[in-house]
Amino acid sequence: MARIELKDVVKRYGSVEVLRDIDLDIEDGEFIVLVGPSGCGKSTLLRMIAGLEPITSGDFLIDGERMNDVRPRDRDIAMVFQSYALYPHMDVARNMGFSMEIRKDPSNERMSRVKQAAETLGLTSLTERLPKALSGGQRQRVAMGRAIIRDPRAFLFDEPLSNLDASLRVEMRLEIARLHQKLGATMIYVTHDQVEALTLADRIVVLNGGDIQQVGSPLDLYERPANKFVAQFIGSPTMNIIPVQGNSNGVKLADGTLLELPHLFGTIDAVELGMRPEHIDVVEVGDLVGVADVVEHLGSDTNLYLQVEGLGPLMVREHGNIPVQPGDRVGLRIQSENIHLFGPDGNALRCPTKEAAA
Amino acid sequence: MATAQSRPLLTIGKYAALLGYLSFALFPLYWLLKIAITPDQLIFSEGTQLWPSSLTLDNFRTVLFQTDFLAYFGNSLYVSLGTAAATTLIAAGAGYAFSRFDFGGKRIIIAAMLITQMFPLLMIIAPIYKIVASLGMLNSLTSLIVVYTAFNIPFATFLMQSFFDGIPKDLEEAAMMDGCSRFQALRKVIFPLTLPGLGATLGFVFTAAWSELLFALMLISKNEAMTFPVGLLTFVSKFSVDWGQMMAAGVLALIPSCLFFIFIQRYLVQGLTSGAVKG
Ligand SMILES: Nc1ncnc2c1ncn2[C@@H]1O[C@H](COP(=O)(O)OP(=O)(O)O)[C@@H](O)[C@H]1O
Ligand SMILES: [Mg+2]
Repeated sequence: MARIELKDVVKRYGSVEVLRDIDLDIEDGEFIVLVGPSGCGKSTLLRMIAGLEPITSGDFLIDGERMNDVRPRDRDIAMVFQSYALYPHMDVARNMGFSMEIRKDPSNERMSRVKQAAETLGLTSLTERLPKALSGGQRQRVAMGRAIIRDPRAFLFDEPLSNLDASLRVEMRLEIARLHQKLGATMIYVTHDQVEALTLADRIVVLNGGDIQQVGSPLDLYERPANKFVAQFIGSPTMNIIPVQGNSNGVKLADGTLLELPHLFGTIDAVELGMRPEHIDVVEVGDLVGVADVVEHLGSDTNLYLQVEGLGPLMVREHGNIPVQPGDRVGLRIQSENIHLFGPDGNALRCPTKEAAA
Repeated sequence: MATAQSRPLLTIGKYAALLGYLSFALFPLYWLLKIAITPDQLIFSEGTQLWPSSLTLDNFRTVLFQTDFLAYFGNSLYVSLGTAAATTLIAAGAGYAFSRFDFGGKRIIIAAMLITQMFPLLMIIAPIYKIVASLGMLNSLTSLIVVYTAFNIPFATFLMQSFFDGIPKDLEEAAMMDGCSRFQALRKVIFPLTLPGLGATLGFVFTAAWSELLFALMLISKNEAMTFPVGLLTFVSKFSVDWGQMMAAGVLALIPSCLFFIFIQRYLVQGLTSGAVKG
């Protein structure tokens, strides 16, 4: 159990700064997901927490104690690697019990912990196999077993599911969620997959280019993205963003349409408008008219890729199965209470709402 | 259908090619053995026949009990084992450092090691002789071990480095997360996985030292310190060459190399398959 704090943490390789001013306060028992595009520094941050990578400057604390220069073995943190990193010359049982073997724990205790972990992860019949005789999913389980065998203060996962096929990934994701509920331990999980982030996290940390873009709960990030990057990174399908001109009672779209935003208060100096595909409705007569380019019928939803004259492409997701064919003209209504506005710097505008002002 | 018919032909062709290659490669060894067991008086009369009309083990008996062969053999064993052990130990350490750490001068050291491999040995024989002589180490087996070790280290280091490179860094890091110090991770995780590499390096260096003639000839002149390749030359007397005994000695000299490779081959085979494990 541990509270983990990062204060002004910086990482440089030579003169290249890969992480800047990382400030993060992770509560005891929290499930934190670090998410961001490839190369944004997620693994580097995780490895600094693990102690595998020196911290260039700043402070790293576990339970209030500065840990910058403490060796990995003395941090009492377990890590699951993307490659699983199972010891090829040891069987499953020894792989899982290795940390206890190193700590010279009594062997009967070790056996019983290994047995227990093997049961939890459904590996009981495989304990005598070598890693090379296991499937990808089984190796993944062994890697998890190796982490849970001792009660570490925190768990680190570096893209643990990225080498699995889609169905197995969903299954293991649930398993990890269950594990977190059962152990209640602090977990830090790295992924570039926003679905994993949204489903697992208590709080998500969005990284881009070495900077923290936003920290918040999955719903926070979905409903109130701090900037354009987060808005487009979180949520699937991706948010539509189009240029607008702000004025006193709404925004003017590029085709001249005025979108009234009666719930907002004061002058709106937005330059871009963000709309999630699920927040645009298909109606008889709406704000806009689009021509369907491609229509995807998913059963539960229908994805429409539309061209709007004067505006360009828009994507719309409609609940259920709607009878639109490619080439059809459809009316669109924007849910004005669910739109996002961005200023010239790409940051989200937080306009005061009328209720808040009242 | 056509493929089913051509398959046996293909198989036959494959085996014929293998057979051809094997007989080409093994023929000199066969000849060595044949002459070693041919009685002396038949060597010149039946020298070119594939199989002599009568066989004898006299040559082996003479070589073993009436010449200094056993002493040469012992010297060679001592020098080769010593060289193999010293070289492998140093090369393993250096190879690990090259594979895992970044340090100042790394590139320069690697370049220097490569350059040493480019000189023909003949060029440096005289200076080496002077150095060894001024150290008073002529006619000592230790000098041979030192010289051989020095010459084998660069290649052995590159060999070991490539084996270490083949072991994912994640494994050490996982071991360190599991509570190992770097040294423990090396001993418990990396070392067992490098056994094939160590075996290959030992075998390579052993064989190189076992058959080395040039330095042994220059640095050793006393009979009791001669290694086997030098000793073999004593079978060439001023007036004749004792072919039978020379070949018998050659056959005996093959034994340690064969034993050594039988001993390490399971590690070599393991090495070929362990790449499939990765993580
Ligand atoms: N050892 C290293 N030396 C120099 N640059 C590195 C090193 N490791 C990582 N980087 C750089 O740091 C950045 C972040 O890498 P990483 O943390 O692995 O990204 P992510 O895990 O988010 O894909 C990348 O641009 C990468 O090139
Ligand atoms: Mg990464």
